[in-house]
This record gives sequence, C-alpha cells and structure tokens, in this order.
Amino acid sequence: MSADEPGTARETSPSAHGNTARGNGSQGASGEYQPVFVGPVRDELDRIIARYPVKMAALLPALWQVQEARGWVSEHSMAEVAQVLDLTPAYVKGVVTFYTMYHQHPVGRYFVQVCTTSPCGACGADDTVAAFLRHTGCADLGATSEDGKFTVIEVECLGACGFATPVMINEEFLESVTAEKVPDILAQLR
Amino acid sequence: MGFPYQPHDREQAVLSRYFGDAGARSLDGWRQRGGYRALESALGMEPAAIVSIVKDSGLRGRGGAGFPTGMKWSFMKPGDGKPHYLCCNADESEPGTFKDREIMRWTPHALIEGCAIGAYAIGAETCFVYIRGEFTEPLRVMEAALRETYAAGILGSNAMGTGKRVDIYIHKGAGAYICGEETAMMNSIEGRRGNPRIKPPFPAVAGLFGQPTTINNVETLAAVPHILNEGAAWYKGFCLSNPKSTGTKLFSVCGNVARPGNYEVVMGFPFRDFLYDLCGGPVAGRSFKAVIPGGSSVPIQTMPEAEATLMDYEGFVAQGSMLGSGGVIVFDDAQCMVKHIGRLARFYAHESCAQCTQCREGTAWVTKIMERIEAGGGTMRDLDTLLELSENMTGKTICVLSDSCAAPVVSGIQKFRHEFEAHIAGKGCPLRATVAA
Amino acid sequence: MADAPQVSLTVEGRRISVPAGTSILEAAKSAGVLIPHYCYHPSLPVAGVCRMCLVEVEKAAKLAPACATSVAEGQVVHVHTPKALEARRGVLEFLLINHPLDCPICDQAGECELQDYTFREGRAEGRLLEPKRFNPVEDFGGDVLYVTNRCILCTRCVRFMDDIVKQPVLNVSERGDRAVIGKFEGEDLTHAWAGNVIELCPVGALLSKDFLNKARAWELDRTPSVCPNCTQGCNAILETRDNVLVRMRPRANEDVNKHFLCEYGRLNYRWMNEGRRVEAPLVRQADRLAAVDWDQAIPAAAAILRGKHALVLASPMLSNESLFMLSRLVERVGGRGVFQVERGPEAPLEGVPDLALRAERAANVRGAELAGFVESATPLAELTDGDVLIIVDVGGVQPALDASALARAAAVIVLGTTLPDVARIATAVLPITNPAEEEGTFTNLRGRVQRYMQAKAAPAMARPAWWVLSDLVGALGGGSSYFLASDVFAALATSRPEFAGLSYDSLGLKGALLAGAAEPAEVAR
Repeated sequence: MSADEPGTARETSPSAHGNTARGNGSQGASGEYQPVFVGPVRDELDRIIARYPVKMAALLPALWQVQEARGWVSEHSMAEVAQVLDLTPAYVKGVVTFYTMYHQHPVGRYFVQVCTTSPCGACGADDTVAAFLRHTGCADLGATSEDGKFTVIEVECLGACGFATPVMINEEFLESVTAEKVPDILAQLR
Repeated sequence: MGFPYQPHDREQAVLSRYFGDAGARSLDGWRQRGGYRALESALGMEPAAIVSIVKDSGLRGRGGAGFPTGMKWSFMKPGDGKPHYLCCNADESEPGTFKDREIMRWTPHALIEGCAIGAYAIGAETCFVYIRGEFTEPLRVMEAALRETYAAGILGSNAMGTGKRVDIYIHKGAGAYICGEETAMMNSIEGRRGNPRIKPPFPAVAGLFGQPTTINNVETLAAVPHILNEGAAWYKGFCLSNPKSTGTKLFSVCGNVARPGNYEVVMGFPFRDFLYDLCGGPVAGRSFKAVIPGGSSVPIQTMPEAEATLMDYEGFVAQGSMLGSGGVIVFDDAQCMVKHIGRLARFYAHESCAQCTQCREGTAWVTKIMERIEAGGGTMRDLDTLLELSENMTGKTICVLSDSCAAPVVSGIQKFRHEFEAHIAGKGCPLRATVAA
Repeated sequence: MADAPQVSLTVEGRRISVPAGTSILEAAKSAGVLIPHYCYHPSLPVAGVCRMCLVEVEKAAKLAPACATSVAEGQVVHVHTPKALEARRGVLEFLLINHPLDCPICDQAGECELQDYTFREGRAEGRLLEPKRFNPVEDFGGDVLYVTNRCILCTRCVRFMDDIVKQPVLNVSERGDRAVIGKFEGEDLTHAWAGNVIELCPVGALLSKDFLNKARAWELDRTPSVCPNCTQGCNAILETRDNVLVRMRPRANEDVNKHFLCEYGRLNYRWMNEGRRVEAPLVRQADRLAAVDWDQAIPAAAAILRGKHALVLASPMLSNESLFMLSRLVERVGGRGVFQVERGPEAPLEGVPDLALRAERAANVRGAELAGFVESATPLAELTDGDVLIIVDVGGVQPALDASALARAAAVIVLGTTLPDVARIATAVLPITNPAEEEGTFTNLRGRVQRYMQAKAAPAMARPAWWVLSDLVGALGGGSSYFLASDVFAALATSRPEFAGLSYDSLGLKGALLAGAAEPAEVAR
C-alpha cells in the first residue's frame, strides 16, 4: 500500500496500512504482535544499554526506538519494552504517560505541533494553529484528518521563542511560521 | 545578534561569535577557530587547578539559579572511590529561552569541549547531555559532532591520547519541561518519570544512579573552554556593574520586539539600551508594556523597572525580578496581560509532575480562575483568592515549578491590577472589545 | 539506628532526645505530638510529596516537611504556628477542590484522614467555582476498588507495591492534575499481600470490595486480636457490627507484621461468624443427643473417660490456655495427643524480612507442639481399640476424618463449635467458643506469645475450651478449676519452662518471646 492511501493508523486494523513507515500498526498480517526489538533494533538497544550502569536507564531511548519503528507506543509495545528491560508493563506505562512526546495512540502521517505558549501567543501563534487546522482538514486539535495524513496539536514552549511561531512537523523543525505560510508548507508535504 | 544573525557592535560575542557560521560546526572548522586547545591543556592539569580557575573567573550557572560554577564543582570529592557523573542540562524549556539551542546548533564542539573539561575537573568519566526531544536539529548536530570527536580520539577511553577516559552520551528527552530541574533530569536519565527529588541528599552526594553528580547548563559549560584559554582574569574582567556577576551572558529576546534573537552582552549591561538599541525597540507603531526578563518563571517587570535595570544577577533582583535563564519576553501595548499570564499558568499546569499537592492542584486551579477572569466571569474576590493560592504555592514544594506559576500571577496582579479589574468590570477583555468595535 | 548518637530538640515546647537520623515527624510522635501527614507511612520509603507535614523550624528559611527532615541538635520545631497552620490549610484546600464531598456514601468516612485533618485544621468553606474533575471508578482486581475521584495521589499504594511487595503493578499515570493511580490492563492487584493498599490509603480511594457498603466506620466495635489463619501470627483488629465480624484489618507490630496482613488472612474471617452452632452441651441418651446443662454434661463426660485411655485430636487453632488444659487432661486420663494441620502455599512479603503467609494455616501449631501434641497426617491411625476419642474442633479449616477408623473408638467426645458429621456418633458434645469469642494467647512460629481479645459474644452456652477442660479435669480429680484465662496462663507459665516469666501483663498487646526463642531478625532469611 502506498503512503498516499487513506487509512487510520490503528493497531487493531493492520490491513489498513501495509508498509508505511509512520502510523504503521505493530501487528503483522496474522494479527500477532510483531516485536520491535529484533535484529538491528535490538543490537542498537544493547549498545544503548551499555552506556548506563543500570538497564532501566535505557527506557526513554527504547521507547524512542519503538516510536520510530511504529509511529506510536502501543500497550503491546510497552509490554515488550518492559520485558526487554526487566520492568513491569505498569511501570513502563507510568513513564510513557509522563512524557508528552510519546504517542499513546496512532497519529497522522504528518504530526504537526504548534507552540502556543505566551511568547508565541503574543506573536500570532493562535492564528498559525487555526491555519493548520483549516488547511489540513483536521476537525479539532488532536484529531487526525480524514485522509489520515495530519494531526495538529498545540504544544508548550518549543524553545525557539525568538522565531515565533515554531512548528514541528514530524522531525522537521520550522521557524517563524505565520498563518500565511501554512498553505505553502502543507503543499510541499502533499 | 538578532535574527538572522546580525551582530550588534555593543555585543561582546564570546559564545555567540560563530552563530550563523556553518563552518564552525565541523571538527576541522572548530579546530581552525581554536577548538580543543583548552581540553588538551586541561587534560594535562590537575583537576583541582581547573576548578580553581573556574572559581576565580566568577562564572555562575547560566541555567537560572546562578550558583557559582567553581564552587559547585568543588563539592565533588576526588578520590572517593565512586563513579562521578556530569550532566549537561540541554533541556532548555523555559518559555522565552532559546540560547542553548543556538549554542548546540552552531557550535556543538564548544559544548562538547566544555563537557569534557567539566567532566575531567569533577573526576567524572561519563557525561550525559540531556537534550530535549523537540530539539531535533540540535540533536542531529550534536550527534554528528560527537561522532567526529570520537573518531578523532578526542573522547573515549584514551581522550586526546592522555590515557584518561572521557565519554559523552546524548540522552534525548521526551517532552517534559520539569526535566530541566536537575534532580528530575537525573530521574529521567535513570528511566523514571521526571519527578524532582527531595534534597538532601544533594546531587554532589547522591545524584545520578546514586553517585556524586554535577549538573551544569549548556551555556555554563560552553564558557569553560574560553575561560581556560584566556584566563580567569580575562573572564572576570567582563563586568559592568556588580563584581559578583562576571562574564558575558546570552540573552534570548522574544515577543513583541523589532529584532528578536540572542544577544550576548557583558554582565551589567543597561537593560534599557539592550531593549531599545540592540533589540530595536518595539515594532512600528507600538510601545512596550511589560517584560518578563529571565524566562517565564520570574516576576514581570513594568517598563520603568526594566529600564532601570542593569543586566546581572543582582541588577534584576534590585528591580523586582530575576535574571533567571536570560529569556527576555517582551509584551507591547496591544497585548492582554491577563490572557498571557493565564496562558503561562496553563503552561505550568500542563508541566506539573503531579507530586506535590500545591503544584498539582494549584497550577490547574489558578489556570481555571485566570481563564475565567479573561473570559469575563471574574470577580474582585478572585484576585484575593489568586494571591492567597499563590502564597500557598510558594516555597512549599519539592521544586520551584509551583513557585514559578505563582510568580507571574502575583507580579501581574500587583503591577497590572488595572487590567484585571477592567476584565472584571467589563466582563471580558477590553482589548478584544476594541478590536471587535 | 540503634547505635546512632542521641540528638536533643524541642517540639512544641517539649524537650526530647531521639537517635540521629530520626525524622522530625517521628521525633514529634515520640513526644506525643501528631504532625498531620498523608504520604508518609512508617513502613514505606519517604516520598515527601503531600506537603501536609509542613512545620516551622526556628532559623530555617522555609517551612520544613517533617517526614523528610532529619532532626538536628538544638532544633526548635513548632507545629501549630499561624504560618504552619496556614500552609497545611492550603494543602487541605488543594486536596479538597477536586475531592468529591461524597462522605455520606464513602466507606472511609469516619476513619478518613482527609476528614479528620480538615475537621481539625481545614477551611470552613470551599472556594472552587469551577466543576470538579471526574474520573470513573476502576476495578484494580483482587479485593481492591479504585475510586479515582477521591484519590489524593499520596502514592502510598504505589510505593507499597514497588518497594514492599516488589511487584510494581501500580503506577502514577499522566501528570499535573490529570494524574491518577494507574495499572496495566490484565495485571491486577492479585498478589497475596496486595490488599494492604486498602489500609494504606488515607482516604476512600482504595476500598475493599469485601467490605463495600457493609457498615459505617463509627458503627464498628474494634478489638485487638491476632489473625488465626496461619502461624505467622500477624497482629490484627477484629471489627464487628451488631456482634457480627465484618472486617479484619492489620494491627501494627514492628516485630511480626509491620503494618500488614495478607489477603488470605484478612478475608478469612467468616468462619468465625458461623451461625450453625452447638448451643448447649449434648449428651447421648439412648439413640439421640439430648441438650443438658453444663452441670450434667461435665460429669457425664468425666464418666465416659474414667478408667479409659484417650486419643486427643487437638486443634492447632486452640489457644495456649486451652492446649495447656488439654494436655492436663491427657496426663490425667493417660493417652496421646495429636493434631492435624491444613497446609497451603507459602506467600512471603518480599520487602519485609520473615513475614509471610505461612504454609501451616492455623495460628497455634507451635503452641500445640509445646503442649506435647504431635502432628499427624493420619491421626486416627493412632486410635487403639477401646480408647476414647476426644476431638476438639474450633472451626476454620477442618481436616477430614476417616469414618471407618472412628468405629474403633469406645466413645467419642467432641469439644466443638459446630456439629460436624463425626458429632453424630458422639457420646457427648461440649460447645466451645472460637477465637473471636474468647480471650487467649497464640504462640507463633518464632515463639512469640501474643494475646487476643474477645471480639464478640459467645453463642448461647458455649464456653472457651480451657474452661470446659478445666471443669473436666477437675471432675476427674485433677485439682482446682480456673475462672479466668489469665489464671490459666499463669498456671501455664509456672509449669512449662518455655513460658516462664510471662504473664498477660508482660505480654501486653505486642506479645513477648518464649524463653530462649530467637528474635525474628536472627532467623530471617
């Protein structure tokens, strides 16, 4: 399935995806959970673990690996991470829910984070958010557009206040995004 | 220098000298600009001698608290048989602050060199650089720079061929302002929720993994190679006001100002000149109304206060605020203080780790009251309630997140009470009413 | 800490001396000053998060959390200054803004620390104008229900599961005011000791399903007791409502069970409420058992025994006092004493040395052994033709008896609480009380002798077994009768060297070790 085909990224509906890099469910065709920590990913984790005196310290990096592989961190994956790092799933979940960058549910192919904290708020961040919602067709903050491509959220300070309004789209960090620039930015993604 | 990197002649560019200069990012480029000389000489010195130089320079922590760096390092007892750790705080999350981001983006080797010197000085063989997860570009740049450094034998088990081990690893954050608090950061590195820890024990006694640990801000560590290269007296000479505040300081400027960006000035620089000359004053047709000078956690200044301030640790305190992280947030006369203070409260409510009662419940409650006042549902009694809640949120919790939420609320009501009263009397925002009419 | 130097300080004007390293909270406690607190618990690691225990320490810049601040020489601590009271009033207000005021339907009401401290130090009115936060109730599995809205996030439950049970199945999820206690789907509070989170919870957030809506706290009568369900001898509180046991909870004893009680113990109290009881002594007349007065029953039983040997099948659930009298009976008539023990899997509480639900599921196995009774898996095999079989049955777990072997007995005397099948062929049935209905002592597996008090009235004519046996021994010419459990214990202490020096007074409510018994710490794993 090509990345352009619509589909929601739910772990429970693996058939809607195929091989898209982001938003891919963590279940294979059989419906069985496919572990993340195999092959090179596992090797990478072992290298990370070696940096720390305790295995548990590799938890945040391991969760990043999961999110990189699957686009989000499912309960299945939390259980896998727990098993790999000798923790309990409940412990892992407590940590996952603390950090806002781990997605606890699937998100759109392009995950748009717009800073709206006061400094940006004083420079038109609210208009930038509104423009992203309007032009992506997302019904609301946090909701994924019908084509499965976009999820737009407000975030707290992105640490680039002098470049209001900073916007993160997946790994890309954009500076000085005004409402007027939004259509062009989205056009490049489409 | 304001965006996009136009230096101003009244700046003193030490840390920011190569901002905008892509050639400084590579190891070769950095070496051509004098890089790693300081580390090389440091590794040939006794650690105590390095600590002593840093003490003499007067360098103080640039993350917010302003604790003397040399003294902090001297708390690490050499030869105690325990592994020591250095943590570099690159979690820059304080609203209004974006200086560490620029240091990492443009001069990653300056930070790596500072980390290596710092680690060696405190008897640590391992340094973790905790970079917030949102900093995708600084992360990429730092990772690339570290790879180069290891490949060149500058780091590792035989750092610069001296037989001494210095390892630096990046630990990527995952979205939590509170992880900029040093004990929360240690918990985060250990794979825990980013909950601040009760002190004592202090990190120098039992920190990361229970071992003696020092945490320094990016800007602090990046200044260290310069101090070693040029000498403590050179650094100490950067002082325009109080002798307890020395060196250069990066100030991030944002909000309603003509030229936002990072400016590096000598400690004690007049804030008035800084705002109107370096930053270009307000945008056309507007005037300044208020400044939060040290990141969102410090009290708000009125313009008369700001204009009378000399920019150092003591100078900001003398004018009703704090230097904090050096993140200057400027609001002009088109801005509603009630709205922005409410928005800041919401920030803290979002970021509270949930441990302490006053913070968990107080930040959320203050947000609700602020948002109700802004929406026109406030009463005069709410102002008393806000002040009382703020008092109960100040000085009573494990860390100062709760205090930080209270600071702008209290100073806002004290200094901009008329705006709150106008919202209450007019059942809504007077500025919005003007726009609508 | 035993060897730590002493530190002198002043708390609320009282000069005290405590070992260095003691927290201000514990030091104040020793001076009789209760500093209000929620997250602190003496059996858990310090968290210092509720901030309720803030006190004023002279010369300190800020209020100090008493739980997380160590005493210092010359320290002057004030608990009730305006500054400290205002700070705690603030904490109470913050805790209450989102706490539902549903005390009228909350099981914790009446024993709720949020109610108590608010009554003592809180504000008279609420100032929150916004709607309260709402979260649904969650079943945490085991016996535990989580009423999220009432939770004050003190994290006692999380720390208990992490650090004491060493099975971290609870967490704090989310952050800020969205934070709740969470768990992972499919991983429940099913550990043998998990139920302790119910008592640890200072408010009505973690409730016992077993006790749910059963009684109001103020209707309960509480009696210090010892859990009869295994040989650990955990100290317990028996709670009755209208003479019915409705709850058994842990009672603190540092040397035995800290503050804990296992699931098996706490939920296994219903047998002491058994309603189908033997209400009067029964003596066989022709082919039926007839109810008679004790005045007739004792001589009748004595007549059966006179000139005969007896096999006594004792219960390891009997008190030391009853076992002592039973041993006197065995000596008097000649014979042997045996007992059976029900066994189950042992379940240790990882974080506390030498604390476990023991395999032997009766409180006084050690006491039975000390009284000369021998454990036997097939007790009736010992029965010789023509012997009188005496069966003592307190209730609880009942071993099965081989009916065919019974036929060899010349006569069967039952001292029992109920009428088991075996009683149908009995010559005499003498009604006795169960541990909730009498006073007595048990000896736990480490040789600690511990008292338990009478929690509810004995049914009809039932008497403690020691009383029945004392009369019976007397009727057989064995000397004086006893009228008080303490008198029996005194006699036991005089005649059995292991019990030498012990008395009800010296035992108190925490018990004491038998002569020569090792401290639990010394036999710990």
